[in-house]
Amino acid sequence: MTTPVKNPETRVKRPDEPLFKRLTRQQLFIPVAALALLVLFNLIADPSFFAVSVKENSLGNPVLSGNIISVLDNASELVILAIGMTLVTASSGGQDISVGATMAIAGSVILRLVCGGQVTADTMQMNLVLAVIIGIAVTALFGAFNGTLVAYFKIQPMVATLIMYTAGRSIAAWINNNQLPIINDLTFKYAGTFLPGIPVPTPIFITVLVILVFWLVLKFTTLGLYTQAVGINANSSRLNGLDPKLIKLLTYVILGVCVAVAGFIRVSRSGSINYSRIAENIEMDAILAVALGGNALSGGKFNIYGSILGAYVIQFLTTTLYKYEVPSTALPAYKAVVVILLVVLSAPVVREKLSSMKKAPAKAAKEVS
Amino acid sequence: MQEGAVLEMRGICKYFPGVRALQDVDFTLREGEIHALMGENGAGKSTLIKVLTGVYPKDGGGVHIKGVDSPAVIRSPQDAQNAGISTVYQEITLCPNLTVAENMYIGRTKGAGANWKMMNSGARKILESLGIPASPKQQLGSCSIAVQQMVAIARAVDMECKVLILDEPTSSLDEQEVQKLFVLMRDLRAKGVGIIFVTHFLEQVYEVCDRITVLRDGQLVGEYVIEDLPRVQLVSKMLGKELDDMADIKGESGGAPVSQDGAPVLAAKDLCSSADIKPFDFSIRKGEVNGFTGLLGSGRSECVRAIFGADRVTGGTVKMDGKSVKIKKPLDAMKQGVGYLPEDRKGDGIVGDLSVRENIILAYQVMKGFFRPVSRAQAEEFADEYIKLLEIKTASADTPIKSLSGGNQQKCILARWLLTDPKYLILDEPTRGIDIGTKIEIQKLVLRLAEQGKSVTFISSEIDEMLRTCSRLIVMRDRKVVGELNGEDLTQAKIMATIAGGDEK
Amino acid sequence: MPKGIAVDNQGRLKERVAMSDTNLLLAITVVVFFILYLSAIVFLGGSFTKPQNFLNILNNNASLIVLSCGMSIVMITGGIDISVGAVTSLVCMACAVNLENQGGNIFTMILIGLGIGLAFGVVQGFLVAHLGIQPFIISLAGMFFAKGMTTIVSKEPVRVTNEAFLALKDLRITVPGLGSNNKLGQYVPAYVEPGVIIALLMVVLLFCLLRWTKLGRAFYAVGGNNQSANMLGINVRRTKFLAHVLCSVLAGLGGILYFLHVGSGDVANGAGDEMNAIASSIIGGTLLTGGVGNIIGTFFGVLSLNTIKRIVSSLGFDEAWWSNITVAAMLCLFLVIQSVVLLRRNKK
Repeated sequence: MTTPVKNPETRVKRPDEPLFKRLTRQQLFIPVAALALLVLFNLIADPSFFAVSVKENSLGNPVLSGNIISVLDNASELVILAIGMTLVTASSGGQDISVGATMAIAGSVILRLVCGGQVTADTMQMNLVLAVIIGIAVTALFGAFNGTLVAYFKIQPMVATLIMYTAGRSIAAWINNNQLPIINDLTFKYAGTFLPGIPVPTPIFITVLVILVFWLVLKFTTLGLYTQAVGINANSSRLNGLDPKLIKLLTYVILGVCVAVAGFIRVSRSGSINYSRIAENIEMDAILAVALGGNALSGGKFNIYGSILGAYVIQFLTTTLYKYEVPSTALPAYKAVVVILLVVLSAPVVREKLSSMKKAPAKAAKEVS
Repeated sequence: MQEGAVLEMRGICKYFPGVRALQDVDFTLREGEIHALMGENGAGKSTLIKVLTGVYPKDGGGVHIKGVDSPAVIRSPQDAQNAGISTVYQEITLCPNLTVAENMYIGRTKGAGANWKMMNSGARKILESLGIPASPKQQLGSCSIAVQQMVAIARAVDMECKVLILDEPTSSLDEQEVQKLFVLMRDLRAKGVGIIFVTHFLEQVYEVCDRITVLRDGQLVGEYVIEDLPRVQLVSKMLGKELDDMADIKGESGGAPVSQDGAPVLAAKDLCSSADIKPFDFSIRKGEVNGFTGLLGSGRSECVRAIFGADRVTGGTVKMDGKSVKIKKPLDAMKQGVGYLPEDRKGDGIVGDLSVRENIILAYQVMKGFFRPVSRAQAEEFADEYIKLLEIKTASADTPIKSLSGGNQQKCILARWLLTDPKYLILDEPTRGIDIGTKIEIQKLVLRLAEQGKSVTFISSEIDEMLRTCSRLIVMRDRKVVGELNGEDLTQAKIMATIAGGDEK
Repeated sequence: MPKGIAVDNQGRLKERVAMSDTNLLLAITVVVFFILYLSAIVFLGGSFTKPQNFLNILNNNASLIVLSCGMSIVMITGGIDISVGAVTSLVCMACAVNLENQGGNIFTMILIGLGIGLAFGVVQGFLVAHLGIQPFIISLAGMFFAKGMTTIVSKEPVRVTNEAFLALKDLRITVPGLGSNNKLGQYVPAYVEPGVIIALLMVVLLFCLLRWTKLGRAFYAVGGNNQSANMLGINVRRTKFLAHVLCSVLAGLGGILYFLHVGSGDVANGAGDEMNAIASSIIGGTLLTGGVGNIIGTFFGVLSLNTIKRIVSSLGFDEAWWSNITVAAMLCLFLVIQSVVLLRRNKK
């Protein structure tokens, strides 16, 4: 169809291309630009937004406080989910919409275990690490359920996970017999608040740890290549010795593990759970983070760091809106406007139009000279 | 416009980012002629057709259609249809979820309603007149690929067009179906329809066409009356060079004699698979090139898929170098040193969005294992080595493979398997749909591999290609092995007779 | 002379054509619904034997029926619209505020409801069809926007006291011959609400649209393979645009019906109905991959979904979670059945 380049040495480089266009073609352009805009807006509107101070928390420990800290802290669950969601999106070309509901299950399981089945407990009835591991195992199992439907029964991911989306919160309530267990043991809340003597919120550490683990996994295994290959062309992956079904299943199980970690952070923040409200709509934010990070929701190639950045952008936006006293119930409307602006600007059609508009005056100028 | 012309394209230009796909191309189609559009892959045939049918906007030039004074404005396939141009593409462009009748009428009936009665009876008439074995009410997806292609042609024929474009319509049809199509084309020619016929099969061109237009590298080479352009000249015009390369390979017949010592590299007995083939025996020795031949659908691809474990193996035994092995899935075969280049390059071969480099190292990486990734530096080294070795034309190793031409994609997949250093390589239609230059390169490569002591099974629809490369041919008919030819039996006539069957003793 | 005989005279068997995927899935749904309902009558008896029980399923779900039809159409074109539940909620709230605080009447209320739907449809349709943005993301934003707007219109629930509206809301249309005697032996006539009539009318209208108009067939073609559809001369963008407009207008209408049923504006109205609509469509045999689906199936999908909910609660599992878990289990069952059936067919 096109004239092939004659010599492999003559690589197509376009140094004459305007910087703007080269930048906008970068995958991370959208999240970085969005973040820059938000930062700029806050700098102009009220630079005190970025102030970080040391305050005493309710226990009398000195802790860092400020909007930036709260963005980093509150984005933790979203970031962790976005990582898993990116893998699932890449391998199966669809999204898991049940993550909020399964987070409720993870929280419910962990609380039931540490409370020993009672409604309130002042001390933990089970080793916390063991409880979290069991929580991880349970959600990994639900991930495997979703993954089986997607990979082996070939059901579209959104539809397959609709099942757990519908049932998840009910299962969470059922696990605790619809009781709302509360744990008052302070050590339980370490993971969601602060470790004694450390002024930085623990969820930030957990998030960094999770990111680090994924960085290592992507570096020292072929998960990235396999996931992308399967997402782009499952048939040809199979003929190259991969097992596409198993890899899809694996990504769902990995997401399940991420969900449990996120769920654990969420219940550790308060030591309690509300089945219908915990992590409400977080699946939407997680999918949004993946899309914001420049990843195609139809699967294939992915960039995990784009999604992570996307998640922080979303939390940054939320915190900014809160600061300007937008009521939490009206928040979605503002978010929607931002989302629409972002996706419209990143749509290929619009980008082409924009760049041709930029080119036209330049061309005219050339002709004149 | 010229006298008798139904379609004139003058000075057509089309640019893609960084490439001139068409440069100042003229094309004239006369009433009642079949006009072949020839050229290698990348010559601009498909682009020209897509410009004509409004799939791509053109960057220069004009299109004139008979009976319309001003230049025709064609911005979409609908405009083309309205202007009397109908098209049948190589890939089936119908909706598998609709019925056969709907597929024939959708998008071209008047009014807001869907008249099922009219569609079904109209479709039945056309299907019967063309002898297409399908019911109008049948869901299209439940028909075979060949029937689907025939339905697409039936739709185009029924549109009472002035210009009919057939873009490689024969690649999924068998010989009989092709003949049916030719009868149809001649009928239409008699009615005054101008037909543009794009194909890779030279025989077909000389069988039905009146005139040939040759393109090369996006430029017009010339327009010729068929009698004035012998085959050899056509090929040299398409390639833009003399035929030394072709002569080079023609003299040889098959590979060197194969030593019969020791156990065969691979020996299969009573092998059968879920793809519905009769159990067959197969063996190949070190340094041997053999091939499966037979009509399309005779089961030749299914046999090699069974050997590679691509379909579910349901019975039989396989021995490699005399030792029994179990091959249940492709990875098992790969571990035994078997490589497989699949028939469907786009669907089973390339991983489109991944780079050339990632595509080349994929199989090697899978064999190396999940926890042992190939380092970036090493991958780059491999990629550069094979890009140079096979002369893969790509902007860089980072280019997504889907933006390469078909022949270069095929070379990347070859590179992928060569990198795994297989003992035994299966090449299923490696030359389909790629240009003649690359075809010859691939044939040479096969012979070179055999000299290096590798075993190769080669499948091709073109018998002379098989004759040039294989020392033994296994002939298939109706999903069954019906014969094996070697030595002096390897002649076109003998092969044809065996494929056709009937005269066996 | 009947055609069949003529065919026989030519010595050919009567043509047998394999069922299309759409019809096969429709058949499964209808059969399952009847098995469910009949076994409820046989094994549970009680209220299930009364026709009014069935009519109440319709009364309570008139809005969902309309929403699901719209959802099916978008799904048939290969898209999805998850904003419909939130649009329902927004329409309810806007209508309530209009009637209660702005002195509106039924006519302005209907105008507002359909207008909101149309506005959502036009914007979402434009973004999906002309800018090529994924429908999931766009309708996600639409859902966020509608949810936020609902609370901006009014945070507090708004009860409507407009008399003309209340008269319409309390209108009962008796269905002759289906009444039954209550415990006191009095004859209670069976009834449906006016919303049901509108919903059933929409089902019939949309069924005809999909089956017998070019636009309807274009929906299927685009969902089957949109590149092919383009090559076949269908305006793919316009078709996708219209599907989204139709879906959102139906969501607006669904909002009006919901409002007519509950008589108040509330943030919680229509919550989760997008998922109920998707579930109903799927149970009704619509595939999210596009190109396969049927409005009648969707109608039965809504009925099946709500029948199973009733069965579960009348079995004594009346805690809220059982209903959700059953719906999920049913969805799972249907998905697996469809998947197995279609995979087998495609293998042949």
